[in-house]
Amino acid sequence: MSNSPDDSSGPRQHLVEVGVAAVMALLGVITVIGSLQVGIGWGAEGPKSGFFPFWIGLIVIVTSLYNLVRAYTHGSRKLFASWGEIVQVLKVVLPLTIYVGAIPWLGIYIASALLIAGFMRWIGRYGWLLILAIAIGLPVVTYVTFEMWFLVPLPKGPLEDLLGL
Amino acid sequence: MEGIGDLMGGFAVVLSWQNLLYMVIGIVLGVIIGVLPGLGGANGVAILLPLTFSMSPTSAIILLSCIYWGALFGGAITSILFNIPGEPWSVATTFDGHPMAQNGRAGEALTAAFTSSFVGALFAVIVITLAAPLVASFALQFGPAEKFSVFFLAFCSFVGMGKEPPTKTIAAMMLGFALAAVGTDTVTGQLRLTFGSTELLSGFDFLIAVIGLFGIGEILLTMEEGLSFKGKASGINPTVVWQTWKELPRYWMTSLRSCLIGCWMGITPAGATPASFMSYGIAKRTSRKGDKFGTGEIEGVIAPETAAHAAGTSALLPMLSLGVPGSPTAAVLLGGLLIWGLQPGPLLFVEQKDFVWGLIASMYLGNIVGLVIVLTMVPFFAAILRVPFSIIAPIILVICAIGAYTVHNNTFDVVMMLVFGIAGYFLKKCNYPLAPLVLAIVLGDKAEEAFRQSLLISQGGLGIFFSNGLVSTIMGLGLIALFWPALSNLYGRLTPARPT
Repeated sequence: MSNSPDDSSGPRQHLVEVGVAAVMALLGVITVIGSLQVGIGWGAEGPKSGFFPFWIGLIVIVTSLYNLVRAYTHGSRKLFASWGEIVQVLKVVLPLTIYVGAIPWLGIYIASALLIAGFMRWIGRYGWLLILAIAIGLPVVTYVTFEMWFLVPLPKGPLEDLLGL
Repeated sequence: MEGIGDLMGGFAVVLSWQNLLYMVIGIVLGVIIGVLPGLGGANGVAILLPLTFSMSPTSAIILLSCIYWGALFGGAITSILFNIPGEPWSVATTFDGHPMAQNGRAGEALTAAFTSSFVGALFAVIVITLAAPLVASFALQFGPAEKFSVFFLAFCSFVGMGKEPPTKTIAAMMLGFALAAVGTDTVTGQLRLTFGSTELLSGFDFLIAVIGLFGIGEILLTMEEGLSFKGKASGINPTVVWQTWKELPRYWMTSLRSCLIGCWMGITPAGATPASFMSYGIAKRTSRKGDKFGTGEIEGVIAPETAAHAAGTSALLPMLSLGVPGSPTAAVLLGGLLIWGLQPGPLLFVEQKDFVWGLIASMYLGNIVGLVIVLTMVPFFAAILRVPFSIIAPIILVICAIGAYTVHNNTFDVVMMLVFGIAGYFLKKCNYPLAPLVLAIVLGDKAEEAFRQSLLISQGGLGIFFSNGLVSTIMGLGLIALFWPALSNLYGRLTPARPT
């Protein structure tokens, strides 16, 4: 996987760190705004609900801004990851996002079978026999363990309704 | 001694067929979890926690704590045979463990690692047995200010002892506190930081955060590295085990020192990872064969493994006696206590004797069972790692998703898991520590409660945190830990650099 053509280019470490620090500072700002909405002063029961998170939010903002400036001025200029590596990561993130989105519609069993089958076929290029064995086997084992043994219900979709499970 | 009687009572609780079975299942699952990338002690326990809701708390904690011991053992297998640290605390084990395996001494390295792990854990359990009841009875007298000071010390330790930049540690930790604050305010019952969203009413659950940050994040990192596992044969057999055992007592000094480092780092929540590095570093500096470290010295395996296990085990001491977990996995176990309806903290030793001493007794037995299992089953566990990543990865993703869903039977949690996973990937790559973030999510509400109650007593004055000797001392230690990086930096600048 290290011989892809675009291995030498990609986003730089310090720029990604600037981005991460900016997002964290933003979360700090949101925390401060939310705290101000519920009050940060002294109420009937002592400090109001926003008191503690307000200061927490302020510390997040201050440290993140420091981290941001520090990353920009002193941060490593090395690659954060090459484009080839980022593609590798996206190969997990994209199917996982579709999977997470599909669970409420298809139920967790069908979605899981599709995720495993798709991943094994697309990334691993396995034969269909092995793919089917694992993609169907794991949900069945899960069903037996969770629903029958530990009596923990998992989300189900149209197929399970059809089978009357 | 009352403690011995309590401990014997604990053994009586543990020695039932059912609990012994849970122990074996827990260890085997734990080693598998420790061996697999993307599944570690913390998120492995988090995923399985919902399955224990219907079990008795004692059986549940035996199962889950044995998964933790198993995961601690499992990290060594991948480090030595595959040069892949399955857990962050086994990174230091790769330095000498893998060269030993390359020289055909894998069996020796594994035996040394497992035995050292066992010694470290045993030492820590003895410390827990002796010290935990004392700490707990002492802590029973704590008021809100003292409670807050303990939290303060715990979190400052991360800043002082972590190897990440202090401002990053603080930012990550405070983000955890902010996430913990979302939802219902535990003191007044008021809603806050939800911005009208119904999904956020109950706040962020740290179990989801653990599964996302450690599980999904780790898979993404592994995927980026494009790992192909090339392992050495384990070559472990009774003769090798016996030969190595005969050799080990020679390194008693290294063992003892590593035990002490581990216990110290585990109780002050610096954790197993820095403990293993520190122990390795000191062993390298003090050993007569120090310059050969890194080429396959058995001492270089003993030192980090002993310290990592001592730290991992002793992390349960503050969890049990103070309600302050010393590691992310201890935090997950603490979350379990709350779910089973037990209140962690000093009262546990008074009100739930069976539970506490059952757990402590299970630590003794669990580590003995663990040692036997890993010594005999190494080839089986190594075979799991030879399964290609493109099969393992989707299965782990599915297991994480199921784990996240079952926490509250809510599909929105699975979405949050994904968000935390992507965040975990970026935070890890940018050198932000995840452990203080997770611990802050777990302890945020309690720390805030203690802080606000203290202020209520003092009518708003911060002087209450320095109002008596005890609380001043703990706060003082916390402040030293907090400013330690700045102090040592200053010291370094004042003293002229010596030529090396």
